[in-house]
Amino acid sequence: MCGVFFFLLVFPWFGLDIGGTLVKLVYFEPKDITAEEEEEEVENLKSIRKYLTSNVAYGSTGIRDVHLELKDLTLCGRKGNLHFIRFPTHDMPAFIQMGSEKHFSSLHTTLCATGGGAYKFEQDFRTVGDLQLCKLDELDCLIKGVLYIDSVGFNGDSECYYFENPTDSEKCQKLPFNLENPYPLLLVNIGSGVSILAVYSKDNYKRVTGTSFGNMMSKEKRESVSKEDLARATLITITNNIGSIARMCALNENINRVVFVGNFLRINTISMRLLAYALDYWSKGQLKALFLEHEGYFGAVGAFLELLNSA
Amino acid sequence: MAERGGRGTSSGGDSSLDKSITLPPDEIFRNLENAKCFAIDIGGSLTKLAYYSTVQHKVARVRSFDHSGKSQEKDHHSNMPSPYEIQFQRDHSCDVHFIKFENTYIKPGVVPTIQRPIERRKDVMTCLIKGCNFVLKNIPHEVFAYQKDSDTEFRFQTNHPNIFPYLLVNIGSGVSIVKVETGDKFEWIGGSSIGGGTFWGLGALLTKTKKFDELLQLASKGQHTNVDMLVKDVYGGAYQTLGLSGNLIASSFGKSATADKEFSKDDMAKSLLHMISNDIGQLACLYAKLHNLHKIYFGGFFIRGHPVTMRTITYSINFFSKGEVQALFLRHEGYLGAIGAFLKGAEQDNPNEYSWGENYAGSSGLMSPSPDLCPMQRARSGTFDMFEMDRLERPLVNLPLLKDPSTYIPDTVDLTDDAMARKYWLTCFEEALDGVVKRAMASQPDSIDAAERAEKFRQKYWNKLQTLRQQPFAYGTLTVRSLLDTREHCLNEFSFPDPYSKVKQKENGIALKCFPSVIESLDSLGWEERQFALVKGLLAGNVFDWGAKARPWLEDSYSEWIQRLKEGPPHKCALIFADNSGIDIILGVFPFVRELLSRGSEVILACNSGPALNDVTYSESLIVTERIAAMDPIIQSALMEERLLLVQTGSSSPCLDLSRLDKGLALLVRERKTDLVIIEGMGRAIHTNYYAALQCESLKLAVIKNSWLADRLGGKIFSVIFKYEVPLK
Repeated sequence: MCGVFFFLLVFPWFGLDIGGTLVKLVYFEPKDITAEEEEEEVENLKSIRKYLTSNVAYGSTGIRDVHLELKDLTLCGRKGNLHFIRFPTHDMPAFIQMGSEKHFSSLHTTLCATGGGAYKFEQDFRTVGDLQLCKLDELDCLIKGVLYIDSVGFNGDSECYYFENPTDSEKCQKLPFNLENPYPLLLVNIGSGVSILAVYSKDNYKRVTGTSFGNMMSKEKRESVSKEDLARATLITITNNIGSIARMCALNENINRVVFVGNFLRINTISMRLLAYALDYWSKGQLKALFLEHEGYFGAVGAFLELLNSA
Repeated sequence: MAERGGRGTSSGGDSSLDKSITLPPDEIFRNLENAKCFAIDIGGSLTKLAYYSTVQHKVARVRSFDHSGKSQEKDHHSNMPSPYEIQFQRDHSCDVHFIKFENTYIKPGVVPTIQRPIERRKDVMTCLIKGCNFVLKNIPHEVFAYQKDSDTEFRFQTNHPNIFPYLLVNIGSGVSIVKVETGDKFEWIGGSSIGGGTFWGLGALLTKTKKFDELLQLASKGQHTNVDMLVKDVYGGAYQTLGLSGNLIASSFGKSATADKEFSKDDMAKSLLHMISNDIGQLACLYAKLHNLHKIYFGGFFIRGHPVTMRTITYSINFFSKGEVQALFLRHEGYLGAIGAFLKGAEQDNPNEYSWGENYAGSSGLMSPSPDLCPMQRARSGTFDMFEMDRLERPLVNLPLLKDPSTYIPDTVDLTDDAMARKYWLTCFEEALDGVVKRAMASQPDSIDAAERAEKFRQKYWNKLQTLRQQPFAYGTLTVRSLLDTREHCLNEFSFPDPYSKVKQKENGIALKCFPSVIESLDSLGWEERQFALVKGLLAGNVFDWGAKARPWLEDSYSEWIQRLKEGPPHKCALIFADNSGIDIILGVFPFVRELLSRGSEVILACNSGPALNDVTYSESLIVTERIAAMDPIIQSALMEERLLLVQTGSSSPCLDLSRLDKGLALLVRERKTDLVIIEGMGRAIHTNYYAALQCESLKLAVIKNSWLADRLGGKIFSVIFKYEVPLK
């Protein structure tokens, strides 16, 4: 994809997805750096690489999802690992400030970003960080990211999976699903809100509907009811609701594979199993709920791929 | 009837109800003593009670004297013989009463004391649908769309002849989505656990406010943007590629996840309301789309007339369906279950065979339950809400000659829409009230309690007018017709069935006496002069001091009419809607009828079934016609040969709704191939039907006896309307 001009693409390679609640960042760590390269590598770049790859937490809120790291990928002729990092959107100003302090702009890299924050923080990137953002459509990125990650697999395992016997905790099994011929599919992205896309091919998709009723959070809870009960009731209510809307969309679009992504599902087996069960039950077995290991990172991956594409 | 409300109220009596229920005086549970069938629906927070009763009420009957002249009474003033006698008799009719009240009024042990609870809680959904179909079919202006930022938030819909198919979304604690295809065929197609109970429950957790109404009040004050994450919070502006506005909610409660601050109760309640309404709206749209339905009726306690919930639901439906699906609400939504249960229980009385009418006097009308919107209303009627329907003697149908029954609107001016007109007419009716009260008393000089009843009538109608000032939408679209009809219903409630009976009797007597000389002078005229004199007679009949108004009139297609008479063939059959008693019917309508008969046309003369103002009733018209036939061989032979037919309209209104006419009339109109419709008088031709489009030729005639209305139409008081219309081929 990068042709012979791959060398024009300077490191570091980032993809950024600035959502309403979380910022997702993917970082490509080249593992094939030659001694000569290392020599020439500017100090800034080196320190960024070392900082990102040698830590699993950044500040008090940034986290690297080590278990998701994709090893030994070859991209644009370079071999390396793909890292997945997230931090809350409200720390975005601090992130930009840090970029400014570390003279990130001197690296002359392009910063590819998607998500609403790419628009919202564009001005700050320019004025505070002296950085020009390359803004990308989030739905484009999402789909590209999903297709790419699924195609490279998860370090030898399948990226896509489903649940068998989702209601039975004894028999419930997570099984790989082959998404080789993915179309048509309904892609349900549950982040702060929910977006539902009908995807017919790599470039042919439409947004079916959206909802504001996603990862609802509220602080205040009443004492007389246990927090655990409330949290669980809320989770189940919201999950059922999303399942019901996804099912109606699938029916309306005549699509029977539904892929759920987004950070709502991160460490959230309750919701995944519930979605799997609800879709199967209410559709009398006609609909299948599918999930992806990299849940919330596909937008960032898509942005990252665009960077490589631009070279 | 005079003691209506005496029993079963807190004022005494031996009813065991008294021990447990404190009933407001007078109005609630009227006619309970005659009730023959009950239905009761005890819900979680509201109890709905329905009862069917035969109501004794006074009617004024007219009876022809035998013509021996023996017993003819003399009129007190003119010493003239009366053309017929009037008797006040007791008659009975059937009413259904529905009462809703909060459960705090019921205490243990009360329900069993109602001795014939033939209907207990029936299959809830079946009852709901039955009730829904019933109101959609029978109650004019039952359905409305809610418009947020318009002067008239309530946009009432014309009753469509075909009510199916539709989607009923009942938002109670949870949500039920039902597809209704015919009267008997419906299917539960979906639902959701996120409903009114979720709003209430989460709302209570978030705000510590336990009462549903209070939560809604909080919500109506709140700013959801303080709690919700909007598209602009994520994007900094609109999301252009998707065409999503910056003010759209991206994530409900999204801000509260990360912002470290206290949120106001109002804001959280508002955000929660939006979240739940949007969710239900989205789901409902998806179902509507899947089943190709375009109308969604919303009901359940979440809606129940609450402006805030109707607003958010409507917004949500418009947003998600991009205008393809309409969110609709029902005025009597809260009664659907009770009506359905009642209908099931009353099956032996075949309630579906009859037509029904809303009794404005016995119904509290659509009230906003939000206390700050109408404090007066709330205080006055407490938590009791009533809905009364009269069973009409005969089924009502559309006039077969309506051009498009689904778009026909009888009323010329929508007073809900037109604030100036509304103010004028409400004041006008208030000012006329003294006169009506006097007239009512004078109509029953021998009754001891006439003054007392007349005073009660005054109070009741005055209160209705005040309610309508505050809530013009209470009984559907407010019109001059509904104001007039409400007055008639209130008069009836206090046993003044026909305040004008004596006046009509006297005027009919005078006019009958003049009939031969009027006919003689008309017959002496040449053809053209006679036609003009006949039209003048029709016009002059409904006004006393009408001089010779020079043409051209305010609305004048007289020449076209004359040309039609000259050049065209005689009409096959003319349908005439008569207006007033006396001069109007006898010296205006009958000579005109006589001319049409002479031309070879048949005539159907339609008069009101029941009394309204000084309008001629069907039974009066029978006597008057009999007397005229005795004087006039043309009328006589036409009656004998059934070329002149007298029918009743099925209405007791001074106005005319061509979509609710007696079935017999409609059959006759079709059978006789009616090709001319004549509507006369302000009530029928101006307040209603001025813009009515028919499939055949029509004449609409009236003299405008009201300077404000004349001014509105661009003329002066006593301007003449002569509207001859031929449908476009």
